[in-house]
Amino acid sequence: MRYILRRLGFYLAALAVAITINFFLPRLLPGDPAAVILGTSAAKLTPENLRAVREALGLSDAPLIQQYGLYLAHLFRGDFGISYTYFPTPVTKVIANGFVWTLLLGSVSLVLSFALGNLIGIYGSWRRGGLVDTVFPPLLIFIGSFPAFFLALGLLYAFGVKLDWLPISHAYNNRLPQGFNLPFLLSVLEHMVLPATTSVLLGIGGWALGMRNVMVSVLADDYVTMAEAKGLKQIRIMFVYAARNALLPGVTGFGIALGAILSGQVLIETVFSYPGLGFLLINSVNGRDYPLMQGLFMMITIGILAANFLVDILYTWLDPRVRTG
Amino acid sequence: MSNSDSRPRPALKLPGANALGTLLGSPKAQLGFVIVLVFILAAVFAAALAPGDPKKYVGKPNQPPSAQFLLGTNPQGKDVFRQLVWGSRLSLLIGFGSAVLMTLIAVVVGMVAGFYRGVVDDVLNFVMNLFLVIPGLPLLVLLSAYLKPGTVTIIFALAITGWAFNGRIIRAQTMSLREKDFVAAAVVSGEPGLSIIFVHILPNMVNIIVGGFIGAVTYGIMASTGLAFLGLANTADVTWGTNLFWAQNGGALMIGAWWAFLPSGLAVALVAFGLALINYGMDEITNPRLIAERNIQSVLRQARLPRMRATPVVPHEH
Repeated sequence: MRYILRRLGFYLAALAVAITINFFLPRLLPGDPAAVILGTSAAKLTPENLRAVREALGLSDAPLIQQYGLYLAHLFRGDFGISYTYFPTPVTKVIANGFVWTLLLGSVSLVLSFALGNLIGIYGSWRRGGLVDTVFPPLLIFIGSFPAFFLALGLLYAFGVKLDWLPISHAYNNRLPQGFNLPFLLSVLEHMVLPATTSVLLGIGGWALGMRNVMVSVLADDYVTMAEAKGLKQIRIMFVYAARNALLPGVTGFGIALGAILSGQVLIETVFSYPGLGFLLINSVNGRDYPLMQGLFMMITIGILAANFLVDILYTWLDPRVRTG
Repeated sequence: MSNSDSRPRPALKLPGANALGTLLGSPKAQLGFVIVLVFILAAVFAAALAPGDPKKYVGKPNQPPSAQFLLGTNPQGKDVFRQLVWGSRLSLLIGFGSAVLMTLIAVVVGMVAGFYRGVVDDVLNFVMNLFLVIPGLPLLVLLSAYLKPGTVTIIFALAITGWAFNGRIIRAQTMSLREKDFVAAAVVSGEPGLSIIFVHILPNMVNIIVGGFIGAVTYGIMASTGLAFLGLANTADVTWGTNLFWAQNGGALMIGAWWAFLPSGLAVALVAFGLALINYGMDEITNPRLIAERNIQSVLRQARLPRMRATPVVPHEH
């Protein structure tokens, strides 16, 4: 419990720092940030809109500390201002839409690469020097060496353009009515294949190699030899005895992997025009949509902090040593 | 060493020489080193290898590879081979430059935190964990939206977002080395803390620092290429990332001009792969677990036993 509270304290402090970074970033702009930020799209905005955006970013003529206070007040009300590119939709609404798609794509690819990677790792360590163990590690390292967007473009070209098997952009078929009906869900699945495959290809190597190396040392432990001496089935020793303990370091990596997946996903979403947070982020940067940009960075950070906190709780539950430590 | 005495002799070795030995001691690492070296040489001798301005319009856009244009032309009618060779200069400069900066910050922060412990460690460790959880690429994207794009800007932005991984590893290693007798001896003899850190502890973790540096180069090249592809770098520069940006911008893939894409993407992948090979090769030599693993493998091979069980049993011959 004390461990959990300490972690919670850390994440709250991290959140405070992220909020502060977010506040100061626009002030890195050369000249008057308000003029630059508001100038690009000022024509579209009514005076009320202008004031709302100014306040949400804390950009005013008041002293810095007052600006910061104003910015905090708006932040805690969940008010990030109005998006320029999706005018006049509030930033929070734009983000909420993108969040669903990023969460869907991210969780599917993370679960798939975690499961497949660990299975390859377990199998490889079991038949060390076998086919899986000699072919997969270098192959996966090589595939993982490609930039995320390059792999995405390759898959898009091969399966989307040349073979024309799969859709190359967006997350669902626009012509279908949205909702929980089979054609729509199938179109969502179909649109997810290419981006998810890219993400899995990039992520799987790390899990497989990590699992293999931990398994190698776990297999040398006495309790595994003991289980073997008792004459237990190989498959039972592998999964119930060795793999269960070898998974533990991987769980710590889960939190960091979340961040990595999200970063890779920015590029993958952009290539496939998949309407998640990453795609929105790049769009907002290209459209100089500062309120949306700021809101997105805040939301992505909060998401990662929350996910890390969940991993910490999961870890306490899995490893009793942490609870007392 | 003479043939008559093949026993290993304890010799006084410089830590630097030792690190170079482990760096090149395995075939994997050698292969990786050759790959990376090829690209470094290409960058140095770009003017001789691909003479001419890579930004110049040389002929009809999207021409396939030919004797005149080795790798064809891109959608803007520029020579792809020149772009590939000249692009290695800035791409490698950004990768290695940001890695030097990242490693410097990681070494100083990690070692000071690990050595002093207490309040200093609490503060520095908090800062490291903070940089680990704040999403790197989104922050980079934001930074490049607000700052004027340029080589120096990108190097600093990469360093700020990427140093913490190595910092944490170096801190952990410093904490364990701090418990060793030679450090205790230095403390007792009254040496100042900073001199203990950099004169006594640092030489003993050259391997970890070099490994971290190699990882940092990969991060620097990958992240800067991604940013450039998104159009967030200075698109007037010639780097592997901007080459890919222009190819994508001109719709090269949609018209099937794969030659505008493949060279620069493959170059990034090969450099990253080469660097990964060096790191894995080094790990094979320095990680006792992997050494033991290799020994088991050779025993099994001699006994002609397929590795099928959790605990292999070698039949004893009487």
